[in-house]
Amino acid sequence: MQQIRTQEVGVNDLPWKIEYHADRCTMCGSCVASCSFKAIKVEMAAQSITVSEDSQPNPIHRHIARPIIKQVASLKNFCRGCGMCEKICPNNAIKPIRNPDSRKTLLSRDNGPIKRGGRTNLNAQRTLDNIIVGRISQMTDPSLDSVRHTFDIRSPFGRVLSPKELPFEIVDGKLIQKNKTPPVRWIYPLVFSDMSIGALSTRAWEAVALAVGYLNEKCNIPIRMSSGEGGMPVKLLQSDFLKYFIIQIASGHFGWNRIIKAMPFMKTDPAGILIKIGQGAKPGDGGLLQSEKVAEHIQAIRGVPKATLSSPPNHQGLYSIEESVQKMHLSMNAAFGFRVPVAIKCAASSTSVSVYNNLLRDPYKICGGFFIDGIQGGTGAANEISLDHTGHPVVSKIRDCYLAAVKSGSQGQIPLYGGGGIGMTGNAAADAFKMICLGANGVFCGKILIQLLGCVGNEQGRCNACNTGNCPTGICTQNPRLVKRLDIDKGAQKIVDYVLAFDSELRKLMAPIGNSSLPVGRSDALVSTDYNIADKLGIQYVC
Amino acid sequence: MCRIGSIKSKKPIQPSVALKLMLPQQEGHDNSGFAMVMQDLYGIFSTYKDKPLLSMACTQHGAQMVADYMYKHKFTPLAEWIPIPNKQPNLDIKAMPYYIFRNYNYPEDAEKMDSSHRENLLLDTRLELRKLLEESGEGFVYSFWPDVLTLKEIGDPADIATYFRLWDDNGILSAKSIVAQCRQNTNYEIVRYAAHPFFLQGYTLCANGENTFYTKNKEFQKSLHHGYVGFESDSQCFLNTLHYVHHILKWPLPYYKHVITPLPFEEIAQRDDKDVLTAIRQSLAHLEINGPNTVIGVLPDGQMMTCCDSKKLRPVVVGYDENMAVISSEVCGLNEIMPDRDSTKDIYPNEREVVVIDNNLQVQRWKQ
Repeated sequence: MQQIRTQEVGVNDLPWKIEYHADRCTMCGSCVASCSFKAIKVEMAAQSITVSEDSQPNPIHRHIARPIIKQVASLKNFCRGCGMCEKICPNNAIKPIRNPDSRKTLLSRDNGPIKRGGRTNLNAQRTLDNIIVGRISQMTDPSLDSVRHTFDIRSPFGRVLSPKELPFEIVDGKLIQKNKTPPVRWIYPLVFSDMSIGALSTRAWEAVALAVGYLNEKCNIPIRMSSGEGGMPVKLLQSDFLKYFIIQIASGHFGWNRIIKAMPFMKTDPAGILIKIGQGAKPGDGGLLQSEKVAEHIQAIRGVPKATLSSPPNHQGLYSIEESVQKMHLSMNAAFGFRVPVAIKCAASSTSVSVYNNLLRDPYKICGGFFIDGIQGGTGAANEISLDHTGHPVVSKIRDCYLAAVKSGSQGQIPLYGGGGIGMTGNAAADAFKMICLGANGVFCGKILIQLLGCVGNEQGRCNACNTGNCPTGICTQNPRLVKRLDIDKGAQKIVDYVLAFDSELRKLMAPIGNSSLPVGRSDALVSTDYNIADKLGIQYVC
Repeated sequence: MCRIGSIKSKKPIQPSVALKLMLPQQEGHDNSGFAMVMQDLYGIFSTYKDKPLLSMACTQHGAQMVADYMYKHKFTPLAEWIPIPNKQPNLDIKAMPYYIFRNYNYPEDAEKMDSSHRENLLLDTRLELRKLLEESGEGFVYSFWPDVLTLKEIGDPADIATYFRLWDDNGILSAKSIVAQCRQNTNYEIVRYAAHPFFLQGYTLCANGENTFYTKNKEFQKSLHHGYVGFESDSQCFLNTLHYVHHILKWPLPYYKHVITPLPFEEIAQRDDKDVLTAIRQSLAHLEINGPNTVIGVLPDGQMMTCCDSKKLRPVVVGYDENMAVISSEVCGLNEIMPDRDSTKDIYPNEREVVVIDNNLQVQRWKQ
């Protein structure tokens, strides 16, 4: 008899339990080989069984030892519920089952705060699903036909001047622009959000980049991708395709050695620069790339040794919005000869409106976009306490910022982009459309892209192991064995197809409200069945 | 849906002509009201063409409030016409007790003002009077501008004309320019201010269709100019934009079209003036209309213009001869008042053009 040791971790303490049917198992070993977390192992089990092997019943009692698959009872190598074992098993002999009695959260702090990737698991409420496109053209203004009519789906990225500031003069009855204006690019209203090389495998990053190239070159969809804070391949920096990329600079400045060195050799300007101040998933927590993922090529791109890379929670030396504008915006603008729009990304916060107002008042007119990232954004690694307990929903924040601009008559001057949970239910076009009607010029999304590549993580605690370097889908890992699981071309195709469907779906929402260009701020197109949401957002309450 | 029309003539015409233009089109609208703006006045108002003319409908108390205000602000009355209504039984009209059309002399200190200050004085005075009467519910002030008369009322247009004796062609009211329509704007509440044409500092505008970017337009316009008020009708936004582009920004008229119905980005990219067009589209994105609309406008210099939305979901036709040019939603109205014109010269403006009728009745088509 074995004695029970109360403090020992058992599989019932873990968030997922493996349901294994030894009778169906062919002992091929595929499941064990596929489990990147080493959460299952092969073990010999002593079994006492009764068998009958004759044509007539002839039960014989046997004691045998045979190999079985067993779950590892460990707080390190625990099952994340990714389901790779189930996916690969030829006989449906194994699968993970969610364990409602898990004690894992309680037991896992022996080495400090719990770290994980993914999105918030506590704040997954969906304001956008309580909003309906309720203003449908019926009689006086005919709806458009989403297939027959043409639509002008473009959003500004760059600092837009107020009409009175436009440097026009009239020559022979025509307006002539006599001075330079800040650079503005008209891009697709969906921006691929910043996921760095490092957080993503090079293959996953390449798949997203490939989709961007294809959408621009072949589909006439001017979609832009933010590099994330991890630099970019030098070949890409020196190629024509750089024009599709928004280079990000964050507090760790990772990758900027290479970027600066590549600047004299750039054939074209990048689409923009995005200064990341904060991230919606973990505001105030800074970036985090654990040493497990800092492989040799990541060290090379970022110019760092193998170590856990923590970006500071804020840009060191910036103490105010004004200072941020003067130092970072000006220097980034100057670096590219004031030809490239420079935008800023902040985590949504109770203070977002103040920040936006300050940016709007900036006398240099050099802030080319305000990206607000909500609590439902994803991350490759963060302290769980930050993920679940800090942040701010983005929907009302976009609305608040837009209305603040309306108050000062400056709507549209600094384009608003909202992100963090866009496409959380898979329907990014509906989310984007509603955000645009509330005042966003566009949206940005990241998590949905890796989900299209194959990521199985969700807000109910499935997988969320992006930080470990053991991503079972080869997306958030640098492990050469795991990254091969990802088919770059198929992944890129999946993203391209999704964006093409997104584009059609956006038209399906623009057509019934009778608009051929984006209804930015057209809040009258929306209604809500939730009184509080309607009240907060200033849209019609319906029931 | 509204039908709209306007007439520009070398010889002064009377309001009955405008009614004859509009009434054949009545199947297309609901005959719920009549509104017109007359400019370049003859008849009873030919004496004081350079003095501001106040057009209002009010109660007796309202009339007294306005008289007191004008006295206090040193506007002195010069001449007035108070129509004596033909109160036949069973007329479909929701009449106000008084309709007052009165020329004023400017206050003494306004003589020294430059034209823009004087224009602002007239606007501010109208807005103050409007506020005064709106707060007390005693009436409506439609325009206060030299050589401009506005009449609006709720009811059947033919009955309204009978009430004001417009069928009599008695020569009291006549003008070389009339913009008219025969419907109260019923998309929102029935308010007299909601009936177009609207007037602002020399600009008159009438529009039909639905302004689908009304909320965007309104939210932006509220911060652009203190004269952009009311918004009882989404069509007021078209007037505010015309005023803003042409009067405040002082851009040539063709750019009005570029503001309300900008070219698609792909077309802009092919143009020599792409810098200007892109900058306009960027900075005035919130003045785009993007709806099914036709616009008829009259500028301070007397030019009349029309254009449509860029999807061309609202029709309009322009017919003309050497003495008269007419813009109308439907050709049946045109046939009624200009049966002998050369109809092969009629213009059905497309979604990318502006048709302008100058003071010599030269009709120009401008491609956007």
